[in-house]
Amino acid sequence: MQTHVPEVEVRLTQVYKAFGGDASGRRVAKTVEPRDDGLIVAVDHIDLEVQDGEFFSLLGPSGCGKTTTLRMIGGFEQPTSGKIELDGQDVTWLPPYKRNVNTVFQNYALFPHLTIFDNIAFGLRRRQIAESEVKQRVGEMLELVELPGFERRKPSMISGGQAQRVALARALVNKPAVLLLDEPLGALDLKLRKQMQVELKRIQQEVGITFIYVTHDQEEAMTMSDRIAVMNRGKYEQLGDPETLYERPKTEFVAGFLGVSNLLPATLGAGDGAYVAATLSDGASVRIPATAVDGKTTIKIGVRPEKIRLHADAGAIDGHMNRLEGRVVDASYLGASTSYIIQSSAGDRLTVFEQNVERTSHGSLHRPGEAVHLSWSPDHTFAVGESAAAAPVQVAG
Amino acid sequence: MFRSRRAIPYLLIGPGLLWLILFFVVPNVQMLLFSLSEGTLRTGFKTPPEVWDIQNYTGSIAKFSKNFTNSIVYGGLATILCFLIGYPLAYAILFLVIAPFFTSFLIRTISWRIILGNDGPFLSVVRDGLGLVPDNFSVIGTPLAVVGGLTYQFLPFMVLPLYVSIEKVDRRLIEAAQDLYAGPWRRGGLIAGAIAGAFVLVALQVGLGYGHIVGEDAAPAAVIAAGLVGAVAGGAIGTTLISQSFIRVTFPLSLPGVFAASILTFIPAIGDYVNAQLLGSPKTQMIGNVIQGRFLDQNDYPIAAALAFILMAGILVSIALYARLLGTEELTGGTA
Repeated sequence: MQTHVPEVEVRLTQVYKAFGGDASGRRVAKTVEPRDDGLIVAVDHIDLEVQDGEFFSLLGPSGCGKTTTLRMIGGFEQPTSGKIELDGQDVTWLPPYKRNVNTVFQNYALFPHLTIFDNIAFGLRRRQIAESEVKQRVGEMLELVELPGFERRKPSMISGGQAQRVALARALVNKPAVLLLDEPLGALDLKLRKQMQVELKRIQQEVGITFIYVTHDQEEAMTMSDRIAVMNRGKYEQLGDPETLYERPKTEFVAGFLGVSNLLPATLGAGDGAYVAATLSDGASVRIPATAVDGKTTIKIGVRPEKIRLHADAGAIDGHMNRLEGRVVDASYLGASTSYIIQSSAGDRLTVFEQNVERTSHGSLHRPGEAVHLSWSPDHTFAVGESAAAAPVQVAG
Repeated sequence: MFRSRRAIPYLLIGPGLLWLILFFVVPNVQMLLFSLSEGTLRTGFKTPPEVWDIQNYTGSIAKFSKNFTNSIVYGGLATILCFLIGYPLAYAILFLVIAPFFTSFLIRTISWRIILGNDGPFLSVVRDGLGLVPDNFSVIGTPLAVVGGLTYQFLPFMVLPLYVSIEKVDRRLIEAAQDLYAGPWRRGGLIAGAIAGAFVLVALQVGLGYGHIVGEDAAPAAVIAAGLVGAVAGGAIGTTLISQSFIRVTFPLSLPGVFAASILTFIPAIGDYVNAQLLGSPKTQMIGNVIQGRFLDQNDYPIAAALAFILMAGILVSIALYARLLGTEELTGGTA
């Protein structure tokens, strides 16, 4: 029995969406293969809660169901089954114009025949707001997105970055309970995208509206989000704040999708309370935090490339560190850091990033062919289970 | 190889320009000279005339004003009907509209004669079966038949450009409008639909000669009744079927298509003579019939040419006004 928690802004309960194999299914990403029965399952029984005022991201590859999820919250698609609540009210079957939700569309979808002013005023006018108030609120919005003086231009007369801001203003001016953003920065170049990421976060904090943000760009999601749901095949594999997702990925998919990680097959051994011993394929033993194991049985252990230190001499390694032996296969100097590919004695390949500030301590770069010792803290070790496409992820909350 | 690259554009437009000169400029100059010449078939035409005057023009306008009126009214009504029928069609289906047009123009018009004839299937249902119209009611030989025929013939000219322009409207814009609270168009649809409905029905009734507001056979009550019926029907359609996203986004964005389609319909419809000849009566002769008669039957080239020029001038002026009214440049998104 779930009671109404006031600070939950959006709640999805067992939301499921399948498209027919043909015409309507074309709207979901073409990478999704239909099942044997011809249905394309876009979203597979998702439970989700988004808090009031939160910057929440749905992150995943194309075809993972993130856009369909967003479109169901916006009212452009109806779930095949399940329930969507907004501010405690069931909106599953309400049309978009009856939901207190606004959307920033992927390609902005500005009305080409209307001026910037009329574009932003569109929602207010449909709700019969007095023209004097419309004028004032549109002016405030143009101020907020830093485009004052653009009122009389047409969408064809502004740049992509400006169109992006207008699309944002057009949605925000209605003071929605939730703002939905569907890869809004996808069409911008890298530099503008970085700038807009900071801008979006600033605006979100300024207006205090819940943002639900869909993206396939992990860095974008990490930069802005309070929490991220990493989606794969119609489900989310893990939900959490950026740091947890990066430091403690629970599945192989999450570990691979957010940044680079080294995954090594291992067998779990005995625990000593805080740490559990794991044996790698060559018999080497490493320790991982017991909390990271979390009941999994068959695992791979993981460690991020920047957590690993390289040593020419094993004697320099602290006793409690995890350690491996290997040989340098490749070294690439990247300016701020050097990226090494190391072949471990068990035959696994590991990527190691080393900040170039440390090179002074051991003189020079490691050369390909050189034997090295790797070390990292047990606390930086995580364990991933099989990718969770088959087993549903249980979410607390 | 090409020593003068500047010549290439001129070479490229050469064939088109030649075509225009041969088939547009030359005949029109010829026609203009005809329209200003004097004499009759018996006395012989003098081209160019000894005395230049515009007698042929002024005389024709006065003499054939009734036919001009018929052309404008029938052509206009057919265009309006084409639009009302064509816009929904352009939304949904194309093939059904075009399928009949694989047969010949004449065959189709003659088949309408049979369908609408006094013993034809249309009246046997409406008059004999349902008793909706009096026993002496006929369709063939009336303006209704002519306008009906025109509407039918020129429907594809309306539907195809409309289809292209509606098709081009981005679906995401409609979603954006719905996202921004554009729901059903309740009150606006009621008012706009009622006004449009009343206008169309009164125009049809008066234009087709079933009731006049002025003159000896004036029937204001019938006109008002038609207006009311139109208002109710239009209001009902406007308030139930038309959404705000349509009227604020889809329709404005399809206006360039509306402009092209209505011109493509109106120009051939206003100049048509086959429908008035096969489906109408002497009273419903359009200006095209007069021109055709003068040219081919009476060999009165000066008057025929003058009439053709007057028609052309009229069409050009009305298109200019129409373009002004719709402001097509504004509507296409206004590139700087």
